[in-house]
Amino acid sequence: MSAPGTLPFCLRLLRRQLVLAFRRPIEIGNPLLFFAMVVALFPLGLGPAPEQLSGFAPGILWIIALLSNLLTSDAVFRSDFEDGSLEQLLLSPQPLFLSVLAYIAAHWLVTGVLLALVSPVFALMLNLPVQAVGVLVASLLLGSAVLSLVGCIGAALTVGLKRGGMLISLLILPFYMPVLIFGSAAVQGAVTGVPAGPYLAILGAMLCLAIALAPLAIAAGLRISVDA
Amino acid sequence: MWTFFHKLGSPPWLYSISGTILRWLLPITLVALAAGIVWGLLFTAPDFRQGNSYRIIYIHVPAAVVALAGYYVMAIAGAISLIWKMKMADVAMKACAPIGAALTFIALVTGSIWGKPTWGTWWVWDARITSMLILLFLYLGVVALYEAYDNKEAAGKACAVLSLVGMVNIPIIYKSVDWWYSLHQPASIKFTGESSIDPSMLYPLLLMISAFYALFTCCLLMNMRAELLEREARTNWVQRLAKQEGRS
Repeated sequence: MSAPGTLPFCLRLLRRQLVLAFRRPIEIGNPLLFFAMVVALFPLGLGPAPEQLSGFAPGILWIIALLSNLLTSDAVFRSDFEDGSLEQLLLSPQPLFLSVLAYIAAHWLVTGVLLALVSPVFALMLNLPVQAVGVLVASLLLGSAVLSLVGCIGAALTVGLKRGGMLISLLILPFYMPVLIFGSAAVQGAVTGVPAGPYLAILGAMLCLAIALAPLAIAAGLRISVDA
Repeated sequence: MWTFFHKLGSPPWLYSISGTILRWLLPITLVALAAGIVWGLLFTAPDFRQGNSYRIIYIHVPAAVVALAGYYVMAIAGAISLIWKMKMADVAMKACAPIGAALTFIALVTGSIWGKPTWGTWWVWDARITSMLILLFLYLGVVALYEAYDNKEAAGKACAVLSLVGMVNIPIIYKSVDWWYSLHQPASIKFTGESSIDPSMLYPLLLMISAFYALFTCCLLMNMRAELLEREARTNWVQRLAKQEGRS
């Protein structure tokens, strides 16, 4: 059997990850459920006054999206690390940079994109003004891709450790902060009528930077974890 | 040149040369620190607006400057150990993290104490302060990741990757006060052009910054020596050293 070309290989890898994810619908549903539940915590903790909630809504929605991304990123490489298929991937002649991107794309599609698509529902529940909903979805789509890329760096560095869960948050949250700042600022801007374009442009710039650099760190991290 | 480079990779050589350096550098550092503190606290005029409270600048600014520079040292040492597989660079990187974390913590605490009389609050979420807090988390993340690995060789590599990723944040911290209008003042000391700080206050400050750099170097070398002894505990030179210490 001849080796497939790089692009078909990555597409197959992406398809495999998606098939694996969709075989267990509950694992796709979990982040959404988490999102819904944490949304419900805020009116309980902050008080249900609608005008107060609508002021906090951009930040709340962004922080929850960030947390659900963080919690799911731990699992991206874990099962493949445990059954040895990650080792096979490292041994294969395919460039690791691109195969890593396939993993990240799968993670982004099943968490970030899905969360962005359902976020308008939760935005309405938190009384976010309607004119900001479009910007919310756009900023979450862009920002969650950055979050997936950065989160996978942490996942790659901790995949060999037994107790990676808490550590990955310590490692990765500092890098999530800039995304949070500009993501929630975009939505906040849309609420108050400031053009959100510049914020979205900065998120896009972060995405470009992350796509160019994060796979290098992830590839290095995976090699370290598999060697150890 | 190359023999020097090769010697740098030898633990006993590094141990002995760092001992010699420390014997000179440590007293100089302590004298410079003492002189800088006395000069800054007693022999400079009080600020016309802030009175005497500004004097904390002689701890705050040096700690912050060296905390940021320390991150570069850590990341560059990490890069060297990743690229050229130099064990001693790995030792240096590991030794950097706790010192940098301590300096960042000092900068945050002194800044907070300074903020109370000047801004009327202990803490504000302004760009410079928040990014220094992130720097503290970055340092602590490196420490935590290193401790989490049982295999110390892999731990060193993983930390090197993490510290290189963290480099992205350092220019943001440096430039945060210029990019975002915030409560924290922009940098007063400039290499080109006029500094916005009076020379009589500037010179003790420069002395303190140099003293903190020297202090960082001393702490780094002492940490590295301790780490070297621990790693090489089973080798001949360490056992010989231990016997000598026992005899004297």
